[in-house]
Amino acid sequence: MDMKRDYFEDIQLFTSPVVFFWFAVLIGSLYLLPFFVSNYYIYVANYIAINIIVATGLNLLVGYTGQISLGHAGFFAIGAYGTTILMLKAGLPFIIALPTAALIAAGFGFLLGLPSLRLEGPYLAIATLGFGLTITQVIGRIEYFGGRDGIHVPDINIGSWVIDTDKEFYFLLITLTICLLLFMRNLIKTRMGRAFIAIRDADIAAETMGVNIVFYKTLAFAISAFYAGIAGGMYAFVLKFIEPEIFTLLMSILFLAMIVVGGLGSMMGSITGATLLCWLDLKLRNILEIPHVGEWLKKLSENWFSLTGVSNIQYIIFGSIMVGIMLFEPLGLYGIWIRTKKYWRTWPF
Amino acid sequence: MIDFIQMIVSGVATGSTYALMGLAMVIIYKTSEVPNFAQGEMALITSYFAMMLLTTMNMSVYLAFFLSFVFAAVLGAFLEFAILRRAKEPNILGMIVITIGIEMVLLGFVSWKFGAEEKTIPFPIGPYDGFIFGDIYISKLDVLTLLCALFFMIVLYLFFKFSKLGLAMKATQQNSVAAQIVGIRTNRIMMMTWGISSLVGATAGLVIAPTVMQPFMMWDPMLKGFAAAVMGGMTSLPGAVIAAYMLGIIENLFGGYISIEFKTVVAFAIIVLVLCIKPSGLFARHYVKKV
Repeated sequence: MDMKRDYFEDIQLFTSPVVFFWFAVLIGSLYLLPFFVSNYYIYVANYIAINIIVATGLNLLVGYTGQISLGHAGFFAIGAYGTTILMLKAGLPFIIALPTAALIAAGFGFLLGLPSLRLEGPYLAIATLGFGLTITQVIGRIEYFGGRDGIHVPDINIGSWVIDTDKEFYFLLITLTICLLLFMRNLIKTRMGRAFIAIRDADIAAETMGVNIVFYKTLAFAISAFYAGIAGGMYAFVLKFIEPEIFTLLMSILFLAMIVVGGLGSMMGSITGATLLCWLDLKLRNILEIPHVGEWLKKLSENWFSLTGVSNIQYIIFGSIMVGIMLFEPLGLYGIWIRTKKYWRTWPF
Repeated sequence: MIDFIQMIVSGVATGSTYALMGLAMVIIYKTSEVPNFAQGEMALITSYFAMMLLTTMNMSVYLAFFLSFVFAAVLGAFLEFAILRRAKEPNILGMIVITIGIEMVLLGFVSWKFGAEEKTIPFPIGPYDGFIFGDIYISKLDVLTLLCALFFMIVLYLFFKFSKLGLAMKATQQNSVAAQIVGIRTNRIMMMTWGISSLVGATAGLVIAPTVMQPFMMWDPMLKGFAAAVMGGMTSLPGAVIAAYMLGIIENLFGGYISIEFKTVVAFAIIVLVLCIKPSGLFARHYVKKV
């Protein structure tokens, strides 16, 4: 069915002109989107795109390299604060500040990767979790970073182009997202990507085959942190105002949930998972405004639960999705897609 | 000097709650190798259940607490039976995700039902009752917490060492297939483990509830308890307890002498340092993985 006969077939981006055509259509429609939808949906698209970047980076670490991270909100925070501080206090232009902040995040990722060489399972989980909590605490205590009160984010300007609307920001973000996704897609198909996968499948065997575990594990952490840093930097401009309370453990958990729901170890998985959960997140924030369901929930809450806590239904829904996916389809949405595809390709049988 | 002793005393008190949570997590990890992130929320829902029995149903304290313990044990057993057992191809990441999922469901449920505001539980001992020895103040609640921790520590230690069920639990962890062959019902053992663990965790929830009662009250104890369990080696009951007291005391001393601001995160720094030196914890026997 999908037999690969040589190396080139494995690494090429577009297997046929048809695929290229649809890819071009997708990219084109993404760029045309802001001309047809309202401002709110552009905001939604920005929010989703940022989470797609984080999810892709995290999937490299969790899905492809087989490490666990419950501290990605920490890298996200470093990216957000790094970009803001570099622009505000050091006066760097956006185009330098964002990659610098992401590189700082990557540096922290490298540092966190060092203990990971000797840790696995719950040990690694608690180490990364501790990292995520520590970063936000530290940032919150330093007055230079705005402390507990948070800090205002300046507008982006690239050359003479000042970005101050969601629409302009969307064009910048979507370009960045596509570049990062293509980079990740190519990275996975190279020697490095295969080394990551080898480490996930059997690290001792990989080491015997000549894969440098120290290098690749720390590299996976660094790249993953770099992606989270870029995303964090962009998120700062969406929020316009950042404070340490945004980057909680819950955020790290949500990132992990995205890739688990979408599918571990697949690009499509990160994209679909991030899209689904972000969309749900935004929808469920105003759960009472959803037609029909909202009214019913309101009545239910008044009779049996409390009306003030009704927004917490989103935790229940996210939790059930996570449990359900792990129980019924460990490969996530991507697994469902693969199964459907197989079913139709071999249809009457 | 007085300050120092006072800090040690309150460190021991905080350490006791960590120890209870740590014990609860170790029990589960010992038999099923699942790091249970839902432990805190299982305790949370039990505390709220107890509060409901005490306030809306006006039950007597003893009956209410007895019922809450029963509730905790049943909840733990039910979660194992209904969810954890059904997991396909369980691996460590999958288990972490499932328990985090359970955690979020329970958390969402509690905060939906009771709202996010602070509640009070009519506990027989108030949070500000205490004894004064010379210049040192010890609250009664802390003493109770310490006693509970010691009680469970000893009982669990004896249970795993000498009882038949405890031995079966150990056997299940070491090799569940072999355990099945010699006639241990491993499924039932797992359920019991979750029940016992939930009960131990619920005790921590109930002794924390008088001081602070809101939906996020168990996060800090749970994470620190987990940290202690990891530091102790994840499979060693005495290890988890010793690590929990170490964390509690170091945290308080750090808060008192160096910086109160970083008090809550110093535990994690210690954890990372300890794990760098001894990757499988302080008290675990290091095992070499086979390919």
